[in-house]
Amino acid sequence: MKTVKSQFKFAGGVHPDYNKELAREQPIERLPLPSELVISMSQHLGAPAKCLVKVGDFVRRGQIVGEKNGFISVCVRASADGKVKAVEKRLGPAGAKADAIVLDTTVKPDEGEPSAPDAPILPPLDWRSASREELLKRVEEAGICGMGGAGFPTAVKLNPPPGKRCEYLILNGAECEPYLTADYRVMLERAPRIRLGVEIMRKILGGPAVRIAVEANKPEAIAALEKAFADIDGNVEIVVLSVLYPQGSEKHQIFATVGRVVPEPPALPIDVGCVVENVGTVVAIADAVEKGEPLLERVTTVSGDAVAEPKNVLAPCGTKYSDLVAFCGGEKTAPAKVVSGGTMMGFAVSTLEIPTTKTTSGLLLLSGKKVFQYASGACINCGRCLRACPMGLNPALISKAVDANDIKAAEDAHVMSCIECGACSFGCPAYRTITQSCRRAKNSIRARIAAEKAKAAAAANK
Amino acid sequence: MKPKETTEHYILSSSPHTHANSSVSRIMLDVVLALLPTTFAGIWFFGMPAVWTIAVCVSTCIVAEALCRLAMKRDNTIGDLSAVVTGLLLALNLPAGIPLWMAVVGSVFAICVAKQVFGGLGMNPFNPALAARAFMLISFTGPMTTWLRPICRCCGETPDATTMATPLAAMKRLFAADITASATPHAEKALEQIPSLCDMLVGNMPGCIGEVSAIALAAGAAYLLWRKVITWHIPVAFIATVFVYSLIAGGAPAYAQVLTGGVMIGACFMATDYVTSPITAKGKLIFGFGCGLLCMLIRQFGSYPEGCSFAILIMNAVCPLINRWTQPKPFGAK
Repeated sequence: MKTVKSQFKFAGGVHPDYNKELAREQPIERLPLPSELVISMSQHLGAPAKCLVKVGDFVRRGQIVGEKNGFISVCVRASADGKVKAVEKRLGPAGAKADAIVLDTTVKPDEGEPSAPDAPILPPLDWRSASREELLKRVEEAGICGMGGAGFPTAVKLNPPPGKRCEYLILNGAECEPYLTADYRVMLERAPRIRLGVEIMRKILGGPAVRIAVEANKPEAIAALEKAFADIDGNVEIVVLSVLYPQGSEKHQIFATVGRVVPEPPALPIDVGCVVENVGTVVAIADAVEKGEPLLERVTTVSGDAVAEPKNVLAPCGTKYSDLVAFCGGEKTAPAKVVSGGTMMGFAVSTLEIPTTKTTSGLLLLSGKKVFQYASGACINCGRCLRACPMGLNPALISKAVDANDIKAAEDAHVMSCIECGACSFGCPAYRTITQSCRRAKNSIRARIAAEKAKAAAAANK
Repeated sequence: MKPKETTEHYILSSSPHTHANSSVSRIMLDVVLALLPTTFAGIWFFGMPAVWTIAVCVSTCIVAEALCRLAMKRDNTIGDLSAVVTGLLLALNLPAGIPLWMAVVGSVFAICVAKQVFGGLGMNPFNPALAARAFMLISFTGPMTTWLRPICRCCGETPDATTMATPLAAMKRLFAADITASATPHAEKALEQIPSLCDMLVGNMPGCIGEVSAIALAAGAAYLLWRKVITWHIPVAFIATVFVYSLIAGGAPAYAQVLTGGVMIGACFMATDYVTSPITAKGKLIFGFGCGLLCMLIRQFGSYPEGCSFAILIMNAVCPLINRWTQPKPFGAK
């Protein structure tokens, strides 16, 4: 095990104000169980889980309440004991409504004792003696998806398709989003769990080399990882990345750590022999295997200048934002904007009634001082977006094409490679909503491709 | 139902939710600040006529911008300061003694015809100040090529009465001298008319208000580079091309080609205009090279002694094509 400095620097990137000092010194605190949980069936990327319970059912902590529904999907388990008050569409952080169950956690079970909070839900496994398939099945049944933000089903990622081999397992501890310190605290406080998770994942993936990527502004986390991994055998390195947004982007992290470039979509990291997992996900894997504990809770950074006491909160998935805010001392000033996630890629939400999911890394309450109000102007061709774009695109061209409703031109300008990191809009002196234009173009292109596929399928059926 | 007033007024917008706090007006302000050294140098050398020309151009541009936007029923955009930049740049590219009504006509042309007709800032294909200068050079050829002798601050001589040719005219004759090789006395006479290196650096020579002082222009360019308003590509490619061309072509010393006429102000302030120059680094290099080459070709073979503005304007026209040639390669693309 050794610590090395990243040898590869990608072009582009920006330096937003990190504002991490607000919450970085706050140890992870467990939220007392809220009286109501809203457990969404759509906490991951891919098909939403199929709801298995109805109003009036009493569910046990860890019980599967949503069934995995397709290949790219994961199951959803109840984060606590409770009685199902409602099964209904609820607003999610991204603004879309999804099926969710509303749990009243104050109701005692009709028979038997309430579940103990730390009783194993699945039988604990000894990872050394368990087979690869058993471990993989455990990751799947624990309902684990990528906790960095995208929520890709982890069991799918850990099971490369035939003919593709994982040469590098990369742990994403960059946490380049402003304000967020959840991964930092996990690395600091749970480094031994990360090590255990790495050993399990190495076994599942057939012994790849391991690279742990951490931005240079987290020396304490690097020290904690160095200590935990000191006597690990095999090819393991901690790679210290320069502080640059978006170091946490999967493709850029692969480049920064091992110098490989993922080709344009639909290519995936596994095509260049890499699997990237967020450090929080790795801890969830360790817990699922060793303790038999599915993914029922996660660490979320509650921060921003409008929250009284910024904290890193360990809360059950399905906790309403309002409960998180109350736990953090409430509002210091009236927030003008509430963001689920970080300020670069997070979602602005309209209400605190939205529940956390497996991917909620942060909740930010921003006062009017921190919220910029813009009137977009004409592009002056300054080229800042082009220099900021880590994907090497011409965002100015794309945004002008989208303004003119010329989606074809945007597609020709490789808009599908856009990772929506926000670096272009961040630096735009004309306050153009470039990232939003890229999203519009991407959605429109995806819709067109889906329509073409459907048409082709219909024609084939005739 | 519990009341929800506090939770219903959050601002909704697409990410990102933070901004670098840059703005168009700040960029324009930076350009104005970067032009101040050469503005003061121009006033130092050409006195009150320079002050009047600058004041008239800037104020006319602001008024023309406001009236144009009003007539077009669009937002008033004088706050973005681009009209101030256009006015200042135009004034700095005029001879100090120009009749002020001509400065007014040029300013109106810059804003109304070269800029707002196309839709305003960001839409104009040609640099407005340069388009106006070219228009004035054709319309008012005499006054546009009558140069005041710089004030000799030590001896108290006023320039009002005396005009003289710019060193460029002499340098043009040197090209001819070199080619024919028979006109040696001519060449010697022409060489005498080229100012000393020191005068060129400081700006003690006839020329447009803002183009004479190389040191002041370099200081402004350094400020723009430091503020990351411009990148090095266009100025370096432009100036290097002029330098290398004149080394190869002979005639006047290469440094004189760079330091006289509009090369310095053109390379650092006019060719770097965002709207009318390419967006990629590679495109900027091509653009700068084209400007330098055309500028020298006009200086050597054209009818005008100076070709800097025409060179940039021609390259402005080619800019969309250069942009098309030099699209960036996406990360991961084959």
